[in-house]
Amino acid sequence: MSLLKLRAIDKSFDQTHVIHGVNLDVQQGEFVVLVGPSGCGKSTLLRIIAGLDSPTSGDVWIEDQRVNDVSAADRGCAMVFQSYALYPHMSVYANMAFALENIGESRSEIERKVREAASILKLDALLDRRPTQLSGGQRQRVAIGRAIVRNPKLFLFDEPLSNLDAELRVSMRAELRDLHRRLGSTMIYVTHDQVEAMSMADQIVVLRAGRIEQVGSPQALYNQPANTFVAGFIGSPRMNFIPISSFPEGANALNWPVGTHTMGVRPEHWEQAQAQDQGTWSMTVQSVEYLGGQQLIQGHLPCHTRIEVLGAGEPRVHIGEQLSLQVKASQAHAFDAQGFRLPRSLL
Amino acid sequence: MNMSMLSVTRGRKRLHWTDVLSYVYLLVGLITLFGPVLWLVMSSFKTEAALGMYPPSFLPYAQKSLVVTGHDQPLPLFLVHQDGQAPRAMAQVGRIGLMATMVDPAQPDVTVQVPIQQRIPITELAFAWGNYADLFQKFNFGRFLWNSVFITVVATLLTLLFNSMAAFALSKYQFKGRKAVFMLIISTLMIPPTIILVPVFLVINGAGLLNSLWGVILPAVATPTGVFLLRQYMLSIPDELLEAARMDHASEWRIYWRIVLPLSAPALAVLAIFSVMWRWNDFLLPLIVLSRNEFFTLQLALNAFQGELNTQWNYLLAMTVITLLPVTLVFAFLQRHITTGIANAGVK
Repeated sequence: MSLLKLRAIDKSFDQTHVIHGVNLDVQQGEFVVLVGPSGCGKSTLLRIIAGLDSPTSGDVWIEDQRVNDVSAADRGCAMVFQSYALYPHMSVYANMAFALENIGESRSEIERKVREAASILKLDALLDRRPTQLSGGQRQRVAIGRAIVRNPKLFLFDEPLSNLDAELRVSMRAELRDLHRRLGSTMIYVTHDQVEAMSMADQIVVLRAGRIEQVGSPQALYNQPANTFVAGFIGSPRMNFIPISSFPEGANALNWPVGTHTMGVRPEHWEQAQAQDQGTWSMTVQSVEYLGGQQLIQGHLPCHTRIEVLGAGEPRVHIGEQLSLQVKASQAHAFDAQGFRLPRSLL
Repeated sequence: MNMSMLSVTRGRKRLHWTDVLSYVYLLVGLITLFGPVLWLVMSSFKTEAALGMYPPSFLPYAQKSLVVTGHDQPLPLFLVHQDGQAPRAMAQVGRIGLMATMVDPAQPDVTVQVPIQQRIPITELAFAWGNYADLFQKFNFGRFLWNSVFITVVATLLTLLFNSMAAFALSKYQFKGRKAVFMLIISTLMIPPTIILVPVFLVINGAGLLNSLWGVILPAVATPTGVFLLRQYMLSIPDELLEAARMDHASEWRIYWRIVLPLSAPALAVLAIFSVMWRWNDFLLPLIVLSRNEFFTLQLALNAFQGELNTQWNYLLAMTVITLLPVTLVFAFLQRHITTGIANAGVK
């Protein structure tokens, strides 16, 4: 039984059609990340799941129960907002206790649950403080604590790490993964950062302009992107797209399927080749970025298509140099004229 | 209030000329604005006779009087300058026209006729507390004070409650006609109160609230200014807070009572101060609603005290001082909230 089912969800705000026919299944205990560029409708979709907005058409099912008409609070979801939305005039304890007070729990029960959540998130010392007296990371944890205390079926996160600085973001990512493991609950996480998606998710849902482009595990999205959008969105640095007109002589040895229009190769998958080998690509180096243990070599092919190569080690190439490159067949992706992936027979 | 602000000067050790100018200017302002109030307070302690004295004095002086044997009432003392004699204190028995009949207290049996120009009243500093005491004892002043306080306090509480509810609905809910309702409320500000005076009276009469304090409280509870002020402040409360509260199983009433209202405290303080000011000084509405003496507010009592032919100024002044006190105290203690409330409304 899927914990969450979305069927044919459509959403329009006045004349703007924001979400088109979204279907999604989320299993119990999964960590699902909705990722996509700004304006793709991921936050709107999250709000529809939460019940804060209702879909123009389509159904939302939670635990095999149609919840379109069920209020947000009664759906058993808890949401962590991008701006945390902590009640500024209440203490941390009161913030976390508010939900339980509203459903009429006893004082002792509330105390027990709040202290439990506080100890999971290491907020014990902060219970008497006001949100304005906390740092960003601490506020983040209070917002999460407020959600945990309600013991929901579904955790919803709306870009929770986007207000934190880079270093804190990395440590909070680990903490959230840890939390998921400990609680074993189902979490739906919205972000525009594909690194967060790749590092945290069991399933990634890539959205563009209100449509699901691909659903799959991080490995599936990385190794078998369904179209050029997903291929270019996932993975950093961005995948190189080479039009078929740029293919060198002998590149047909790679057995391109019929209808191939574009080839995709990730910068980290290029390999050094001998110039005289068949099917090698010749690249003129234009700049080299030294990244520490790696180097990002930017240049162009004879037809002036720009490509990037991510190489290991210290830079030993010079500007203007000609590099010979090759790529394994399994790591070269073929896309047709519409940008869809073409399956290739493995060599 | 920051006391160090009072001693800020431009010059470091010696006063700069602009400092002198500033202080002079401030002093002139202080005297001009505060002087009459101080005069009022001092005059309220003068007896009626002292009020009529010319030239007027700042401090309350009352004429000394002495009990002289052979007379029941204490007789007023005068300093008499008679030709050829040293000035001496004499008590006046009576006065007819320009001649006063006076006795020397040492010789109570001997009366002397003294022209009134030759006598000067002997005065002493005396605070006529009787002015205030009589108000509560002889006149029903305690009742008037209670009426005013009751109306002000209850009306302010009701105003805060209802205006904040309206402002909450207008700022945080989307519904058809929202803009129209808001425009309607604001447009009532354009109507002068005198135009609706007669209809208001008819409505209060029809509701049976004439000659009742509730007839003064209820009609003016919903103020467009209050709704506007609170709505503008509530717009700055993030909607996400309400959404988070909804997800926390809070009913709409709880969201209003426990989230929005506490967060609107600065704006509520401002409205409370305005409301206290309006209600305490309100004259027109109580005038048309209340005609029975026991329901009069302080303002009506002050007005009623001015008779057509005769006004007892000493009682009037004492009453005025008492009427000024509560609002002054409210302001003195809450002025901090006015500035922070209005300032925060802009910053947040």
